[in-house]
Amino acid sequence: FLLKPSWKQDYSFPWFGMDIGGTLVKLVYFEPVDITAEEEQEEVENLKSIRRYLTSNVAYGKTGVRDVHLELRNLTMCGRTGNLHFIRFPTQAMPRFIQMGRDKNFSSLHTTLCATGGGAYKFENEFRMMADLELLKLDELDCLIRGLLFVDRVGFNGHPECYYFQNPSDTQSCVKKPCTLDNPFPMLLVNIGSGVSILAVYSENNYKRVTGTSLGGGTFLGLCCLLTGCETFEEALEMASKGDSTNVDKLVKDIYGGDYERFGLQGSAVASSFGHMMSKEKRDSISKEDLARATLVTITNNIGSIARMCAVNEKIERVVFVGNFLRINTVSTKLLAYAMDYWSKGQLRALFLEHEGYFGAVGALMELLKTTEDP
Amino acid sequence: MAECGRVDSNTSHTMDKSITLPPDEIFRNLENAKRFAIDIGGSLTKLAYYSTVQHKVAKVRSFDHTAKAAAGDKLYEISMQEEVTARLHFIKFENAYIETCLDFIKDHLVNTETKVIKATGGGAHKFKELIERKLGLKVDKEDEMTCLIKGCNFVLKNIPHEAFVYAKHADSEFRFQTTNPDIFPYLLVNIGSGVSIVKVESEDKFERIGGSSIGGGTFWGLGALLTKTKRFDELLQLASKGQHASVDMLVKDIYGGSYGYLGLTGDLIASSFGKSATADKDFSKEDMAKSLLHMISNDIGQLACLYAKLHNLSRVYFGGFFIRGHPVTMHTITYSINFFTKGEVQALFLRHEGYLGTIGAFLKGAEEDNPNQYSWGENYAGSSGLMSVSPDMNPMQRARSGTFPFDMLEMDRLERQLVNLPLLQDPSSYIPDTVDLTEDALAREYWLYCFEEALDGVVKRAVASQPDMPEAALRAEKFRQKYRHKLQTLRQQPFAYGSLTVRSLLDTREHCLNEFNFPDPYSKIKQRENDIALKYYQKAVKSLDELSWEEKQFALVQGVLAGNVFDWGAKAVSDVLESDPEFGFEEAKRQLEERPWLVDSYDQWLERLKGPPHKCALFFVDNSGVDIILGVMPFVRELLSRGTEVVLASNSGPALNDVTNGELQILTERIAAMDPVIEAGLREDRLLLVQSGSSSPCLDLSRLDKVLAMVVRERQTDLVIIEGMGRAIHTNYYAMLSCESLKMAVIKNSWLADRLGGKLFSVVFKYEVPAGKPNKDCGAFSPS
Repeated sequence: FLLKPSWKQDYSFPWFGMDIGGTLVKLVYFEPVDITAEEEQEEVENLKSIRRYLTSNVAYGKTGVRDVHLELRNLTMCGRTGNLHFIRFPTQAMPRFIQMGRDKNFSSLHTTLCATGGGAYKFENEFRMMADLELLKLDELDCLIRGLLFVDRVGFNGHPECYYFQNPSDTQSCVKKPCTLDNPFPMLLVNIGSGVSILAVYSENNYKRVTGTSLGGGTFLGLCCLLTGCETFEEALEMASKGDSTNVDKLVKDIYGGDYERFGLQGSAVASSFGHMMSKEKRDSISKEDLARATLVTITNNIGSIARMCAVNEKIERVVFVGNFLRINTVSTKLLAYAMDYWSKGQLRALFLEHEGYFGAVGALMELLKTTEDP
Repeated sequence: MAECGRVDSNTSHTMDKSITLPPDEIFRNLENAKRFAIDIGGSLTKLAYYSTVQHKVAKVRSFDHTAKAAAGDKLYEISMQEEVTARLHFIKFENAYIETCLDFIKDHLVNTETKVIKATGGGAHKFKELIERKLGLKVDKEDEMTCLIKGCNFVLKNIPHEAFVYAKHADSEFRFQTTNPDIFPYLLVNIGSGVSIVKVESEDKFERIGGSSIGGGTFWGLGALLTKTKRFDELLQLASKGQHASVDMLVKDIYGGSYGYLGLTGDLIASSFGKSATADKDFSKEDMAKSLLHMISNDIGQLACLYAKLHNLSRVYFGGFFIRGHPVTMHTITYSINFFTKGEVQALFLRHEGYLGTIGAFLKGAEEDNPNQYSWGENYAGSSGLMSVSPDMNPMQRARSGTFPFDMLEMDRLERQLVNLPLLQDPSSYIPDTVDLTEDALAREYWLYCFEEALDGVVKRAVASQPDMPEAALRAEKFRQKYRHKLQTLRQQPFAYGSLTVRSLLDTREHCLNEFNFPDPYSKIKQRENDIALKYYQKAVKSLDELSWEEKQFALVQGVLAGNVFDWGAKAVSDVLESDPEFGFEEAKRQLEERPWLVDSYDQWLERLKGPPHKCALFFVDNSGVDIILGVMPFVRELLSRGTEVVLASNSGPALNDVTNGELQILTERIAAMDPVIEAGLREDRLLLVQSGSSSPCLDLSRLDKVLAMVVRERQTDLVIIEGMGRAIHTNYYAMLSCESLKMAVIKNSWLADRLGGKLFSVVFKYEVPAGKPNKDCGAFSPS
C-alpha cells in the first residue's frame, strides 16, 4: 500500500476509518474528548467544523445516519481518549460524500483517509480527482477481523460486545444473552453484507476465506423491492416482521401430509422455498408481508445451511455472524441461532456482535493509527 | 421433496380426446404386458411394464451325416425358430394425455394376471382413483426416493454411456462417461421443488445427507412472481435470453474491477439481485429470470460441493425436473460445480434421468423375477434417445401440430450376465471405441453417409434371406424406414444414444433388423461360404505343413489376414465379392499389403514364438467362411501344436457374416473329423468354444459373457488375439490388456485406411506386451 509521507505529529486529526461496501458505506469517527487548550487553539477551523458537524447531528443529508446507540464512549486509542462514532450512508451517495470532502477542503488537513471495502478501489480515482484525496486502501477481510477483535476487546461501554440466544429451539423461552469471546479462535466468521463471505479465523493474522455466497443482504433487499415495491431495508424488515412465510413456502407436510419419516424430516421444515408460488391461485392471494417474510427466511436459512456445512468441513464449533444484514433483524439472528443448534444437534453455537457491520471501518481506523505511530 | 409439484396443472383432464395412438409405435407388446409401474410427476407421466417379445431367430443344426438323407452337400441346416425374450418398456408422456393412455392400455391389455400397479411420484395420489377405475388395478405406492435410487443404480449398471458431462461450448455438448463396473459410492442431487442430496453406498444402502429448500420450486414460484410467466419451460426460455449483470451486483460493481487479493474476478456475482434494490428502475423479465437461474444453480452447486467434500465423494449425479434435459440448467449447474470445486468434481447427468422413478418402482414390483440378476441392454431400435422431445418445445405448439409427444426406452433382457474381461488393464478407463463420432465431425459425416449408402444392400440381402416369406419385402421396407430415420436422428443429435461410434451404428442396425424379424440376413451366405471353405481346409493345412518353421509362421499370419479380407460386412469387399465370386483365397493374399505393414510388429511376434508356448490363448474370431476355416483354424492348430490351450470366443447371436457360436460348434466338429490336431484339442479339452455374449460386429470387452470370463480366469489366459476391423480397429485398437495381445486386421475401407495413413487392404499387426511385464523371450513392441 502507498503511504503518505510521514508527518510531524504522531497522529493528526481527524481520525476516520471507512468501509465502502456494495450497498452501504460505514464510517467510524474518533472524537477526541481530551483536547488541551493549546490544541484547541491550534486546531484549524476546518477540523472543528467537521467535528461539530458529525457530533452534533444524528442524520446527514437525506440518507446518512449516525447509530448513536452504538457509540463507544471514553475509549482510549493511541493514548488519546474519545468517543467512537458510527455513521453509515448508502454507497449510492458516495459521489455526494466526495463532493463534500472537496467543499470542506478536506485535503488541507493532510490526513490519510484509510478505506477498505470494494469502494476503496472503485472510488479511488474519484477521491483523487474530485477532492485531491489519496486513499490508503486496505483489504476488507484484514480490517474486518482486526476491527472485530478490537471492539470485542474494549467491550461495549462496559458490557460485552458479543451475545447468543439461549434456548434457540424454543420461540417462547428463546432469550438474548451477553457473552464474551475470551478465547475466540478458531472461529467461523460469517460476514453478511450485500453478499456473504465465510472465513475460518485461527488467529488475528491467520485466516482463510472458506467460501462465499451471492445470496446475501443485497439479495433480500433486491428481491423484496421487486416483489413488494418497498424501497428500504427498514421497510422490507418491517413488512417481513408482519408476514407468514408458510403461505409462500411449501413445507414437508404440504407434500407428505406430515413428517417425511424415511428421512427424518419434520413436517414443518421448508421443502421448497416459494414452492406455493407455482400455483396461480396462491400467487393471486398472497400478501406483500408474506412475500417479504419468505424472502427473509429463505435467504437466512440458506446462509445458515452453508455456514453450518463450512463449520463441519472446517471442524469449527463457533460460528460468528456479522454484517449489516443482521441490523435490526431479530428474525434472522434467531433463525440462524435455531438453525445452527437444530441441524448440528447442539454441536454448533451461533454468536452475534452488537456492532454488526462496522468492524471493517474500525479495522481501517486502526490501520491509520498503526501507520501514524510507526511512520 | 423429489416430486415436482406442479400445482397449477389443473388442465390435466382436458386433453384432446381425438388423439388416437399409433399402436405399433407406443405401448408396444401390450398383449403380453405384466407388472406395471407408473411415476407421475408434476407434468410428465412415466409408465413401465414388463413384456415378452416373440421374434424369429436363426438356428443352425447339423445334419445327421451318417443318415445322408436329403442333406445334399450342405453342412448344416438353418431354421427359423420363435424365441421369447423379456423386454422392459418405459414410456414418457405429458400428464395431459394420461386418460387417453390408460384407455388405450385397457383396450389392448390381454394379460389379466396383473392385479397391482406400482406407483410413485408426487402426482400419483392425484391420479390414483383414475388409474384404479380405468385399469382395474390396485395402486400400490412406493417411496419416491427409494425408487429413484433403485432406478439410478439400474441404469448406471446396465446402460453404457448413461452418464455424461455437459459442456456447452465444446465440440460435442455431451461427453459420455465410460461405465465403471463399480458404481458406488455416489452422490445423487435431486432437484425437484426442493433439493435432496442422497449418498448411495450400495444397492440397498443410501442416506439423505442433506438438502435445500431452494430448488426448482423456488425458480418456478419466484420466477412466476417476478416475471408473471406461468410455465417452467417459458421461464427457462426467458432466462436463456437474459443478462444477469443488470440485476446482479458483480464484484466489479463493488470493486470497479476484480478483487485480486482473493482471486475473485470482476464478473463474479457478489450479490444476487443486488442491483434491484431500487424503486426507480425497471428490470426486464429475461434479466430477472437469468439472475434467478444463476442464483439457484450456484446455490445448489455450492451445497452439492460442500456435501461431496464432507463425504469425500467425487461422483455427483444431478437429476430432477429442474435438470431434466434442459441444457440451460445443465450448463449453469456444471458451471457452478466447476467454480466451487475448481474443476475437481464434475457434474454428471443421466441420459434416462426422467425414467429413474418408474424404473425403480417397476423393480420394486418385479423383485420376485430378480431383474437385478440379469444384464440388460438398451434396445436402440425401440428407444427414442436423448432429447427426443425438445424441452423447449411448447406443448401448445405440439398440440396444434397434432402430434402426441412421447419418449420411449426399451431394454432387452440379455441371455447372459455380462462382465468385464478379467484381462483388462484398467477396467475403469477402458473405452471400447477407437473414434468417438460425437466429437469427430468429419468421421461422423463419413460414417453416417457410409451406412446410409449401404442401406439398399442390407435391405436386398434381408429380403433374399427369407425367400419363402412373401411379406419379407414389406418388412424390409419398414426396416429401411426405421434405420434411415435413426440415421437422420443421429445426424441431428449424434449424442442420442451416448457416444456415437461405428459400433453403435452397427448395433443399431442389428437392433432394427431384429425388430422386423430379420434375425440373420447373412445366414445363407455364411452357409455357402462355410461349405466352400471347408473343402479347401485339408489342402491348406497340407501346404502349410510343407513349409519351414519360419515360413509357416508367416504363412499362418498371412492366412488369417487374407481370410479376413473375406468380409461381406465391409463395403469395398462385398462389392468385389458380389461382382466376382471367383475372388479366391490366393487372390486375397496377393491383395494384401507387402511388409512392412501399416502397423507391423511381426518380428517381435516371431521372436516371441521362438520362446516358450503360451499357457492359454483367447481368440476373438470374426467372419465365417474362409476367414474362420482357412485363416483362423490353421493358426489355432499351430497354437495347439505348440502346447497352448485355445479358447475360441465367438458371437452369441448373429451379426453380419460373423461366425456365431452355434455355427462354429458345427464347423469345428467337421474340421475335427478331418484334422487329428483339432480333434485331440477338443477331446482333451484344450480347445474350447465359448460364446462371447455379444451380437455385435464389434467388441466391448467390458460386456462379455460371465462364463467366458470365468474360463479365461481358470485357464490362466496369457494371450489375447483379436481379429478383424470391427473388433480390433473400430474397437479395442487402443485397449490395454494385462497380458500379451495380438490385434490383426485388414483395413477394408479406403476412407479409414486413408485416415490411418495407409491404403485399402493395409494391414494392422499389433503385438503388444504390457508395460511393466517384460518378457525376456520377446522384443519390446514399438509402434510403427
